[in-house]
Amino acid sequence: MKIMHCPLNGPRNISEFTTAGEVGEMPDPRQADDAQWAEHVWVAYTKVGVVKEWWCHAPTSYWFIAERNTVTDEILRTYPANEIYRERKHFGAPEDHGG
Amino acid sequence: MPWSLLKYGLSKRYPARRDIPLDKDLKKSYDVVIIGGGGHGAATAYHLARYHGITNIAVLEKGYLGGGNTARNTTVIRSNYITPDSVRFYKESVDLFTRLSNELGYNMMFSQRGQLTLAHSDASLRTFRLRAEVNKHCGVRSEMVDREQIRELVPCLNMDENARYPILGGLWHKDGGTARHDAVVWGYARRAAELGVEIHQRTEVTGIQRANGRATGVETNRGTIQCGNVVQAVAGMSAVVARMAGIRLPIRVYPLQAMVTQPLKPFLDPLVSSAALHCYVSQTARGELVIGGGSDPYELFSTRSTLELKEGLIAHCLEMFPFLSEVKLLRQWAGITDMTPDYSPIMGESPVQNYWLDAGWGTWGFKATPVCGKRMAETIANGKAPDLIRPFGLDRFSTYALSNEAGATAASH
Repeated sequence: MKIMHCPLNGPRNISEFTTAGEVGEMPDPRQADDAQWAEHVWVAYTKVGVVKEWWCHAPTSYWFIAERNTVTDEILRTYPANEIYRERKHFGAPEDHGG
Repeated sequence: MPWSLLKYGLSKRYPARRDIPLDKDLKKSYDVVIIGGGGHGAATAYHLARYHGITNIAVLEKGYLGGGNTARNTTVIRSNYITPDSVRFYKESVDLFTRLSNELGYNMMFSQRGQLTLAHSDASLRTFRLRAEVNKHCGVRSEMVDREQIRELVPCLNMDENARYPILGGLWHKDGGTARHDAVVWGYARRAAELGVEIHQRTEVTGIQRANGRATGVETNRGTIQCGNVVQAVAGMSAVVARMAGIRLPIRVYPLQAMVTQPLKPFLDPLVSSAALHCYVSQTARGELVIGGGSDPYELFSTRSTLELKEGLIAHCLEMFPFLSEVKLLRQWAGITDMTPDYSPIMGESPVQNYWLDAGWGTWGFKATPVCGKRMAETIANGKAPDLIRPFGLDRFSTYALSNEAGATAASH
């Protein structure tokens, strides 16, 4: 059994977790052209080595960030998202939702 | 007897057959450089040399011939996909497989025993109906079968109506079969080598030189070579190699695990597959059961195996064939699969003018080996992808014209 350390729940079986891919910046939908947006939608990082990813402990719906090595299958570090994201992020165009 | 055998072995009158000539030094330049010495690379080289008169070709292989996913797949050959684009494409591959032993003078052990896919839900039955109609429309033999017909096709299948996932019906694909995977790559490589293609094993590509939107040279651990055209056919490392040429691909990499049991007397004729159980089983000519294929739940560039995945796969296999519970496993392994968002390959043109892609072959690469070799060779020779593979171009992602085949595979993803 492979163990992942959840920042909220402690060490758990990795089968309790799901991943949602790399931690990255979304291009500004108001600025990005079609090619940039398509690349954002489809292209994957597919990195050989250490990656930084979003993971979720499914039973508790707790999202956090994990750094792991995609060659050796080692989990190097897991930590709460607020270590990187200190303020609330706003997506999209707020004027569109003003109604 | 041993002495006479030794004399025979050492005699110059009976030299050992060499399928592939010994390694030579790399030349300075080649018309076509093929990165990857697997089935796809060897088949592309063969078709270029045999049908397009291009013989100044180097096939560069990091390890040994056919040592990657050509050696790690579960040798399923079928064309019962769901989109007409895919069905037409894989149909050509099955047609080529039926003639491949004659084409190459090499025994492919092609065995067209048919493939049975099981439905355990009404939703699956609906998809099967669609697949059967699309297949028939494209000239592929697929039909819906009921429980009684399934019992006739595979008498040993667990047809218990109180099973966890009872079998409701099936999709019977008469064109399905298997072939010997090593023979496919060795057959192509041998005939390509006879026509003058150079196969360089233990030659790792480390970089692609570019100028004015064209690939000009290929850097390897044995020196740099100039190139007219470059093709990459490197299952598992497609995204990594493409990045050397400055191309970013929509590919995520997952290991796929499979296994083989000890040999048993022949009892299973068709290939049996269940998408709901994420499991497919076939019996080889040796009597071993090949059980595939479980994808790992997260991305990894490793061919390590895990007990959890094997346990899950075995549990599902036993739901279909409960009497196998005492059978021993003989081998188990993993391959690295290039998964695309729509479970279709990425073939043809790339943003670099003379750099061609043969990538994104996930869990469906082996069955496409002959058609890929034929059509990639045509693409390179004409400088343009033919209509048959055009739907699988990299440009489909920027136009959101995907070719969704997620439902037509039994490997778990």
